Amino acid sequence: MQAIDIKLLRDFQRLWVQGLAIAVVLACGVAILLTAFGMHTALTDTREAYYERNRFAEVFADARRAPDRLMTEITEIPGVTSAEARVQGFAVLDLPGRTEVAMGQMLSWPRADDPLLNVPILRGGVPPGRAGEVMVTTAFAEANGFEIGDVFHANLNGQRRALTITATALSPEFIYTIGPGALMPDNEGFGIIWMPEAEMEAAFDMAGAFNHVALRLTADAAPEDVKEALDLLLDPYGGQGAYGRDQQMSDAFVSAEIDQLRGMAVVVPPIFFAISAFLVGMVMSRIVALDRAEIGLLKALGYSDVEISLHYLLLAALIAVLGVTLGWAGGTILARGMASQYAEFFDFPYLIFRVPLWVYAMSGLAALITTMAGALRAALMAARLAPAVAMQPPAPPVFRKTLADRVMTAIRLKQTSIMVLRSLIRWPIRSALTALGLGAATASVIASGFMFDALTRIIDLAFNQSFRQDAMIMFAEDVPETALADVANLPGVMQVEAMQFHAATLRNGPREKRISIEVRPDGAELSRVIGASGLPIDPPPGGILLSDRLAEQLEVAVGEVLEVEFMTGRRETHELVVAGLVEQYFGLGAYVEIGYLDRLFRRSPQVSVANVLVDPAQLPALHAALQDTPMLSGLIEMNENRASFEETISENVVVVNTVYAAIAILITVGVAYNGARIQMSERARELASLRILGFTRGEVSQVLVGETMLLALIAQPVGWLLGAWIAHALTTSFTSDLYAIPLVLEPASFAWASLVVLTASFASVMIVRRRIDRMDLVAVMKTRE
Amino acid sequence: MPQIVFRTEGLSKVYDTGEIKVHALSGVNLELYAGELSVLLGPSGSGKSTLLNILGGLDHASSGRVWFRDLELTDLGDRALTRYRRDHVGFVFQFYNLVPSLSARENVQLVTDVAPNPMRAEEALERVGLTHRLDHFPAEMSGGEQQRVAIARAIAKQPEVLLCDEPTGALDSKTGVAVLEVLKEINDDLGTTTVVITHNAGIRAMAHRVINFADGRIASVEENETRLAPHEISW
Repeated sequence: MQAIDIKLLRDFQRLWVQGLAIAVVLACGVAILLTAFGMHTALTDTREAYYERNRFAEVFADARRAPDRLMTEITEIPGVTSAEARVQGFAVLDLPGRTEVAMGQMLSWPRADDPLLNVPILRGGVPPGRAGEVMVTTAFAEANGFEIGDVFHANLNGQRRALTITATALSPEFIYTIGPGALMPDNEGFGIIWMPEAEMEAAFDMAGAFNHVALRLTADAAPEDVKEALDLLLDPYGGQGAYGRDQQMSDAFVSAEIDQLRGMAVVVPPIFFAISAFLVGMVMSRIVALDRAEIGLLKALGYSDVEISLHYLLLAALIAVLGVTLGWAGGTILARGMASQYAEFFDFPYLIFRVPLWVYAMSGLAALITTMAGALRAALMAARLAPAVAMQPPAPPVFRKTLADRVMTAIRLKQTSIMVLRSLIRWPIRSALTALGLGAATASVIASGFMFDALTRIIDLAFNQSFRQDAMIMFAEDVPETALADVANLPGVMQVEAMQFHAATLRNGPREKRISIEVRPDGAELSRVIGASGLPIDPPPGGILLSDRLAEQLEVAVGEVLEVEFMTGRRETHELVVAGLVEQYFGLGAYVEIGYLDRLFRRSPQVSVANVLVDPAQLPALHAALQDTPMLSGLIEMNENRASFEETISENVVVVNTVYAAIAILITVGVAYNGARIQMSERARELASLRILGFTRGEVSQVLVGETMLLALIAQPVGWLLGAWIAHALTTSFTSDLYAIPLVLEPASFAWASLVVLTASFASVMIVRRRIDRMDLVAVMKTRE
Repeated sequence: MPQIVFRTEGLSKVYDTGEIKVHALSGVNLELYAGELSVLLGPSGSGKSTLLNILGGLDHASSGRVWFRDLELTDLGDRALTRYRRDHVGFVFQFYNLVPSLSARENVQLVTDVAPNPMRAEEALERVGLTHRLDHFPAEMSGGEQQRVAIARAIAKQPEVLLCDEPTGALDSKTGVAVLEVLKEINDDLGTTTVVITHNAGIRAMAHRVINFADGRIASVEENETRLAPHEISW
């Protein structure tokens, strides 16, 4: 090993704490890049492969009852390669050992065991062929402890049937399975059930007909044209409007997750890389300044400028190598944690959650390059030093009087305070970047704290203010309003309110959106709609209320007229006035008054869902009664919904908050510790002079601690702004048709973030401060600068 | 009989570097008197700086005792030594050790802000002939000027003793003479007990007493019958 390399290793050894502080920040960037990008790639690729292999459809449509012969025409739509029809419906399930009713989405299984599209992957058993046989999703079977051959009961259109499980399967259609009205997947209470076609036709009165169709398209097909043609064909049969994968529940959730990962991979790592590049630059500049005489000597000995620059770049590279190693280790653990979380929510057939090797290489290279870029200026500085000049002591840094000085004099600041302030002004870029780095730490705490506040707000709005019913009882199809009286007579039911859902397309000029309109009685108390003012509002007759995101997408304002094409009832198109906007974070809601709608449909009052308040003591009796009530398709218990939502959220929030607080502390320590170390090194003589002049350790420490803490204080407003901006960016990136996250910025979150960062800054600078105690006054004063 | 300002008894200092023990001072007995300007002379490593550091409260002796007037410095803790330096001692070093981010006036104010009975910063700078340089930063001044600021800073607290370690070591002879003039004026006008370390033998001529050091001991002490003014000295 050459002497200069030995110097390199010794230098690194001497600097290892500083190097580690930087490496850890870099490691955060590498780990997040590795995880987010790796998971993004894995999820995208696996989904792609799964969809391709199992022929996941591209266009879907529901109808009331379309004849099988229509399939010939559907297949002939230009751009369609294959089409498959099926019968589907919802059923109330009675599972052994479970008091609460469960819900099943029933799908027909083709006679020849040869589904064309959305082909399930059998995990065990044989497909159902005879009456009373079913195949269920693996997650549903596992959650309920079912084995092949187990039996459960279902209320199929009013008929109680015993069903035997012959197989379990996964399906590309149900990577993410969520029941109607649910906020989180509940594999125990909701499952997908395939039943032989003939059975389904009989149960749902669909002999020779279908109510769901899926299409796959050619590569050059125009999906919009296909959807339009399909709508035209299905229209006479109660078609509810064709939709693409973007509105297919499972794919929409997987896509939302993939988008989030991409957002994370693009936004977060660059911040860490930038901070570590800045830190490396700062530390390397200082080392070059300290090594001045050595650089002069090396040059005098005949080392070239390139060799010397390389020497310093290699020192930075050692830091990068340490950071990348830590980042890979951390990223691998993080990716594993994320994979296990995905395994809980997503049902993929293959073990996909492995970060590809090239992502390791890419993240390592990115970290190495940014670190080297950070060190480049210092390396060039070393190269440019002329040997004769280098061996001379450097000129003292130049300070000049500025306007700020006059102010400082006017307010009679102490000299030690002036030293602090002048040094900030003298190196404005360094000060600004340090403050920015500490601000980034504050911002990262705010960005995580904000999520918690936002979710609290969502839960409050959803469960305390909007969905106040204990349960929703869903009818298989619209029933006369008189059915409410029957519901009121069910055990434990204390209050009942009617509700209807209608699929419709809303149009404002060229903008249109296919959604489900919620129709509700005036003054409903159980399920309320909260207006922009924060108070419950009711849609007036002739008017429609829209969620703000829906209004935004349709570019429609309050008072304007919207064209509403109903897919239900008489399938008419009406013009409704936008009567108000609704604050809402789940789905894209639209609301109409029930009496007005029935008049519009020219029919007697109907109900599709009954919202009920239930006496908790009588819940088991209610469940027992519902399992035998005909015409029901399901029951959604809001409390369970809320509990599972809160549980999932609180688990995640604790993890996320801990991770972000840890990251913030790492950034703070990286920035504050290195800043203080450099200050300490630059100021050693100055601080020793002060000690000799009779200043106490405490007074001298004030200069060191003062500068760091002043920067940390300046960083706080910067961090608040940055945090608010990141929070805003997160709300935007998380917003999809499925859900939105409100921008809730609580003063307490800001205070907490600042507390974390200021404490970590103080702790870092106090570690450096100990050096003041150990300072050898004589030695410092004796040596030349 | 002149007042004794510093008194040492058998003062020794051993630097223990693990394998070798370096005897920087070996049993020094010395008295320095009020108002005296003494020059400590000797080659590098002869122990004069070590003595100065102990007298100035920057270092502790390994054995022996040392007093400043009635105050025994020998076993004082860090806090008390800081107090002692702050109240009684002015230092001047070869490398001026000014704070680069403070102007001349502010460097002096560093001291006047904390000393119990300081002169005004402007007055201290006037004494060293820098009235016209009050608001200049160290980087804007010559070496001689910087050293004069350092002296002004040292005397501004009106210290009883002024300890100078190679004050002209980094200066050319013309500038060095100007600095020595300032030291002499202060000694004459304020009666500040002044100790100057040098290995420049020419400077001995301006002292009341010259203490010669060799191998950590006092080799000889000579008194000047007639003193030369700094401008009469050359090297």
